[in-house]
Amino acid sequence: MELLIFLTLLILGYITGRIAEHRHYRSILEREDTLRGIPAIASKVLPTDFRGDTRLVTGSVVVSVDYFKRFVAGLRNLVGGRITTYETLLDRARREAVLRMKAEANSQGATMVFNVKLETASISKGRRNAIGSVEVLAYGTALIPG
Amino acid sequence: MLLTTLESVPGKTIAKHFGLVQGSSVRAKHVGRDMMAGLKNIFGGELKGYTELLQESRAEALERLQQQAEAAGANAILNIRFSTSSVAQGAAEMLAYGTAVVLE
Repeated sequence: MELLIFLTLLILGYITGRIAEHRHYRSILEREDTLRGIPAIASKVLPTDFRGDTRLVTGSVVVSVDYFKRFVAGLRNLVGGRITTYETLLDRARREAVLRMKAEANSQGATMVFNVKLETASISKGRRNAIGSVEVLAYGTALIPG
Repeated sequence: MLLTTLESVPGKTIAKHFGLVQGSSVRAKHVGRDMMAGLKNIFGGELKGYTELLQESRAEALERLQQQAEAAGANAILNIRFSTSSVAQGAAEMLAYGTAVVLE
């Protein structure tokens, strides 16, 4: 019985997780295209000819992996090596956070975001300290030409 | 109050420096959100409840940061950084800190 529940969760997680990830990546790529005009720059030094306003902008997201991926990652822990299932999770979370930050900058009429920083943490650790979800916060200074 | 992650603001000079100011907020999610998150841990995907929690928490931390800077008599906070940590199962701390200054 327990095995049955486990297998159902595994299959359910695999299918829904796949769909969710696929959808998320598609939306990320779309929005990255539309927001390409606002570069997020890690540099602290502003262009010397800049005149205008600066404002703090932020974007954050919390994303979770599905049951199947967590299981695969658990297996990986036994043999070591790259955990590709978590790599996509972090990649998605970071890109989403940056996109939300850019969207906020865009709505304020900014042309660039400077000194962008990323902050990552896991709020909820599941059983046996397995990472269930990751939160990413992206923030920077939006340059609003005026 | 001007908030920025930069170390200086174009066209303005720092007239007075008050040092480090900080604001933090620790929040726990409620049971309903926790259950939804439990489900999402099976299906994968964004945890909207947690994202909201994080945003509220960040707004609160920034609010406290500004209060501290105002109390010191500053009109801007430079070089702002955020930091998060999970204090306990289900609770998250958000810390915002920066340098309070008077800009002219």
